[in-house]
Amino acid sequence: MLIPHPLLGPRDASEFTYLGDASLMNRPDGMADGAEAAFCEYVFLRDNPAGVHRELWFHEHGDRSWLIVTRNTLTHEVLGAELAHKGGQA
Amino acid sequence: MRFSGFRVLQQALTGHKGWGALWRDPAPKPAYDIIIVGGGGHGLATAFYLAKTFGQARIAVLEKGWLGSGNIGRNTTIIRSNYLLPGNQPFYEFSMKLWETLEQEVNFNAMVSQRSIINLFHSDGQRDAYRRRGNAMHLTGAGGELLSQDQLREIVPFLNFDNARFPIKGGLRQSRAGTARHDGVAWGYARAADQLGVDLIQHCEVTGFLIEGGRVQGVQTTRGDIRAPKVGVAVAGSSSRVMERAGLRLPIESHVLQAFVSEGLKPNIPGVITFGAGHFYISQSDKGGLVFGGDIDGYNSYAQRGNLDVLQDVAQGGMALMPMIGRARLLRSWGGIMDMSMDGSPIIDRTPVEGLYLNAGWCYGGFKATPASGYAFAHLLATDRPHETATAYRLDRFHRGYVIDEKGVGAQPNLH
Repeated sequence: MLIPHPLLGPRDASEFTYLGDASLMNRPDGMADGAEAAFCEYVFLRDNPAGVHRELWFHEHGDRSWLIVTRNTLTHEVLGAELAHKGGQA
Repeated sequence: MRFSGFRVLQQALTGHKGWGALWRDPAPKPAYDIIIVGGGGHGLATAFYLAKTFGQARIAVLEKGWLGSGNIGRNTTIIRSNYLLPGNQPFYEFSMKLWETLEQEVNFNAMVSQRSIINLFHSDGQRDAYRRRGNAMHLTGAGGELLSQDQLREIVPFLNFDNARFPIKGGLRQSRAGTARHDGVAWGYARAADQLGVDLIQHCEVTGFLIEGGRVQGVQTTRGDIRAPKVGVAVAGSSSRVMERAGLRLPIESHVLQAFVSEGLKPNIPGVITFGAGHFYISQSDKGGLVFGGDIDGYNSYAQRGNLDVLQDVAQGGMALMPMIGRARLLRSWGGIMDMSMDGSPIIDRTPVEGLYLNAGWCYGGFKATPASGYAFAHLLATDRPHETATAYRLDRFHRGYVIDEKGVGAQPNLH
C-alpha cells in the first residue's frame, strides 16, 4: 500500500505505524457527566466498517507526522490522506 | 454411513461407488428452535454439540457461502493449550482434551497429530516468563516442560542457536500440542451434525435480525425470514458487520493475518516451532510443505489478502531462526480476517438483545479453540449459563475492567 503523504508524496505503508479509527482524536471530556461510560466506549468500542474507513497513521520512519488516511477496508484502496492536525475533528 | 477401515476396504473392492454426499443440502424451514449464524468451524461445532451433548432438536446453521469457507480453511492448523491467564488456560486445555477424542466422536479423520510445540526463548527474562507459563499450564494438567539448549540441539539441530543478536537459550515444549487437518475438522463436525438432524443451509446470508420488544424472534436472510427464539452468531472476522444489524457495536477490529506455505520438502521439522524474538512460527505439513506465519498486517481489513512488507518481515524472522529454509520456494500465501478483540481474548456470551448470543473475538487463535468454542457456545445456548471454562469470556468485561490480556498491551488490537 502506498500512502499519499500531503508533504512527502507517495510513501510505502511500511514506514507508518497504524493506530486505528480517526474518531480516536475525539477524546471525551473527563470532567463531564457520564465520563466513565463515554471513556469505555472511546477505549473499547469501534465501528469497524467494511468499506470506507478514516484512520490514523503515524509516519514513524519518516517525518513523524500523524495522518488521517481514508481507505477502503474491503479493497485496501487508499482514497486520500491529510495531516491530522489540519484535518481537524474526524 | 459410518466410516471405518472395513468400509474403505469394501469400497476399494467395489469401485468406490458407494460413497455418498457427506451431508444433505436442505432448504430452510420457516422456524427452528435454535439458529446458528455462520457455518465455519465454530458454528458447525456448536451445532454438533447442541445436538449430541445437549440433546437439542430443530437446529439450523446458516452459512453465507459454503461450509468451512472462512477462517477454518485459512489458518496454520496449530492446536495447543499453552496459555497463561486463569481466564484462558482452562478453556484451551478443555479444547485440547476435546481434540484428543474428536475423531472418534465425529467419526471423521481430522488428522489430529500431537507432534508438540516448542516456544523458544532467547534471554533470561524470557526463560522466567516461560517457566511461569509452564507452571500455569501444569495447573490445568496441560503438561509442559522447559528444554535446555542441549536438549534442543538434539531435537531441532537445524536452528540458528548462536545467532549473535538472539541466541537460542532453550524452549518451552508442550508435547500434546500439534496440528490438525483444518478443513477435515469442519467437514467432520458438519457431517456429524447433519447425521444428528441439524439443517446445514448454505448460500443463505443473514441480512438482519427480527427483534421485537428487545427479544430476538429470528433472522432475515437472502432465502426469506426464518424464526427461532434463540440465535447464536459465530462469524468471527465479520462479527462487527453482522452484529451491527442487531444494533450492537463491538470491542473488535477486523484485521488481516497472512500465512504461507512452501513447496513440499522431505520431513525435517518435527513439530511446531515458534521464534521468541520475532513473530514467526512454523510447522511442516504431512504433504511436506513448510507452513508458517507471523504478525497480522496491523490495519483494519476485510480483504482476505495482505501486503508484501509482512511477508518480508516473516521471511526475515524465519531466516534468523532457521537459515536452512532460505532456499525453499514459496508456493502459496493467503490471508484471513481476524476478529481482533480489545484484550486479545474471545467473547462467548449473551448480548443485550434477549435470545441473541455471540461467539466472537478469536483474534488469530480461533482454530485451536474450535472444539471448546463449539462446546461452550452450545452449553450457553442450551442452558443459558456459561460453560465452567468460559465464564471469563463476557461481552461486558471491558466496561467492568475484567479484561483478559495475555500480552498486557492494552486496548490496541493490532498489538495482540
